[in-house]
Amino acid sequence: MEKRARFESRWLPYALIAPQLAITLIFFFIPAGQAIYWSTLVQDAFGASTQFVGLDNFKDLFRNEDYIASFRITAVFSILVAVLGLTISLVLAAFADRVIRGAGIYKTLLIWPYAVAPAVAAILWLFLFNPTLGVVAHWLRGLGIAWNPLLDGNDALIMVVIAAVWKQVSYNFLFFLAGLQSIPKSLIEAAAIDGAGPIKRFVTIVFPLLSPTTFFLLVVNMVYAFFDTFAIIDAATSGGPAKATTILVYKVYADGFQGLDLGGSSAQSVVLMAIVITLTMIQFRYVERKVQY
Amino acid sequence: MIENRPWLTVFSHLILILGVAIVALPVYVTFVASTLAADEVLQAPMPLIPGTHLIENYAKVLGQGVSANVTSAPVGRMMWNSLVSALVIAFGKIAISLLSAFAIVYFRFRFRMLAFWLIFVTLMLPVEVRILPTYKVVSDLHMLDTYAGLTVPLIASATATFLFRQFFLTIPDELAEAARIDGAGPMRFFWDVAVPLSRPNIAALFVILFIFGWNQYLWPLLVTTDESMYTTVIGIKRMIAGGDAATEWNLVMATAMLAMVPPALVVLLMQRWFVKGLVDAEK
Repeated sequence: MEKRARFESRWLPYALIAPQLAITLIFFFIPAGQAIYWSTLVQDAFGASTQFVGLDNFKDLFRNEDYIASFRITAVFSILVAVLGLTISLVLAAFADRVIRGAGIYKTLLIWPYAVAPAVAAILWLFLFNPTLGVVAHWLRGLGIAWNPLLDGNDALIMVVIAAVWKQVSYNFLFFLAGLQSIPKSLIEAAAIDGAGPIKRFVTIVFPLLSPTTFFLLVVNMVYAFFDTFAIIDAATSGGPAKATTILVYKVYADGFQGLDLGGSSAQSVVLMAIVITLTMIQFRYVERKVQY
Repeated sequence: MIENRPWLTVFSHLILILGVAIVALPVYVTFVASTLAADEVLQAPMPLIPGTHLIENYAKVLGQGVSANVTSAPVGRMMWNSLVSALVIAFGKIAISLLSAFAIVYFRFRFRMLAFWLIFVTLMLPVEVRILPTYKVVSDLHMLDTYAGLTVPLIASATATFLFRQFFLTIPDELAEAARIDGAGPMRFFWDVAVPLSRPNIAALFVILFIFGWNQYLWPLLVTTDESMYTTVIGIKRMIAGGDAATEWNLVMATAMLAMVPPALVVLLMQRWFVKGLVDAEK
């Protein structure tokens, strides 16, 4: 779409767009270019000399067991976060859509975790699950479940998944509720007249009509689980115990800032960039945003 | 409601109340912990009824910080840092996005599409994938431990630029033509027509961006080493770095409450704008 009415100026548009472009170039494109360049270099242990090695860093990366393990952890983590987050919020949204009295109150009471910083969410759950003083850990012990996310990798992974889902439910809930409310009531009524009960209606009419929202949220949640959960991992487990919660973004950080492995960390950055680009393309290419308010 | 099924309605309320309770549980426990004395929190299990140390704990963290640990900067200072960076990021993003969207929509110039695509591509380059080199750029520019370092690298915004571009495209051409006939230049039109009309979008974006800025984690973690520049979120993380024995959980939890309150208030008080902002930002 183009405007008919335009203004003329030789220099003004450049001046208007300059701040945005300057920041973009300095903090986005130069670093991204550098990450790609560094990913082809190897630096000796003292940082004194660097050598061009082509794609060797990538070959090393995919031969590295830690990296493959981190891929697997990321896959498990993001699938759990996306599936659990979507299921729980869909259930809540479906019931909230049903009740007439109080729907607005439930909405208010469910959306505020969006405002909680991921790192703070992680600390809240870390405190609840703390093996010596956590309230939930105490309840679990009462049920006979040995629980220690500080030592057991699976427990730690469950803990970060819960924190990540808790934080994301409000976002999913809002979109599902909006999606549900935009489904024409006449369709549901027609099905009810034909004798379909609430569950049958949900499965055969509501859920299929909701699929654009669901698919959109699935992509958003994958991106969230891949990238935005860095803070949760760092604050709750620091990737431990024994790297059981080291997802890919955490590994880039750990190898780059703690391990000081410039080439390896940059190669990981490039792999991650490829993943974001793919996810973003999917989002723009295939996702129809039919949510209406 | 389609049909009257009282039991299903009761069940719906039960599920929703359960959902609300689970969502609220961690924050309730945090609040209770923040009102207890240090030794009360260490009892296993800790009491689940608020204690009597509320004012004492909050006054202590705000004024002095968590003294027995690695961090000693007062949380009041950290909240100030968080507020400054959240506001600069929110208003900065809105300002530069309004300007660039205005340039893209209302002018024809060379490299217009190139500029548009360059801004678009930044969507695919989150901080997480370019941490090391971005850190290096900021460090070369001597922006570590400064407000500029905390905020400027985060100010570029493809989402906000798109949002304003979409909105400007819906402003009727007649308005711009009328402005031109009346002799108004482009900047006059920008200030007197485009910006006032964008107010609802600005409010909606502000809510989302304020939360985004306040909750930043990775970036402030990298660029701040000086305690007096920590944001609240980073401060909490540093407070628990000493391990269980050294952690004064009641004070950490008071700080966590303080970190949650401002963005939660913004969401609750500006709920209508928040919902609009969330939905718009994804379009």
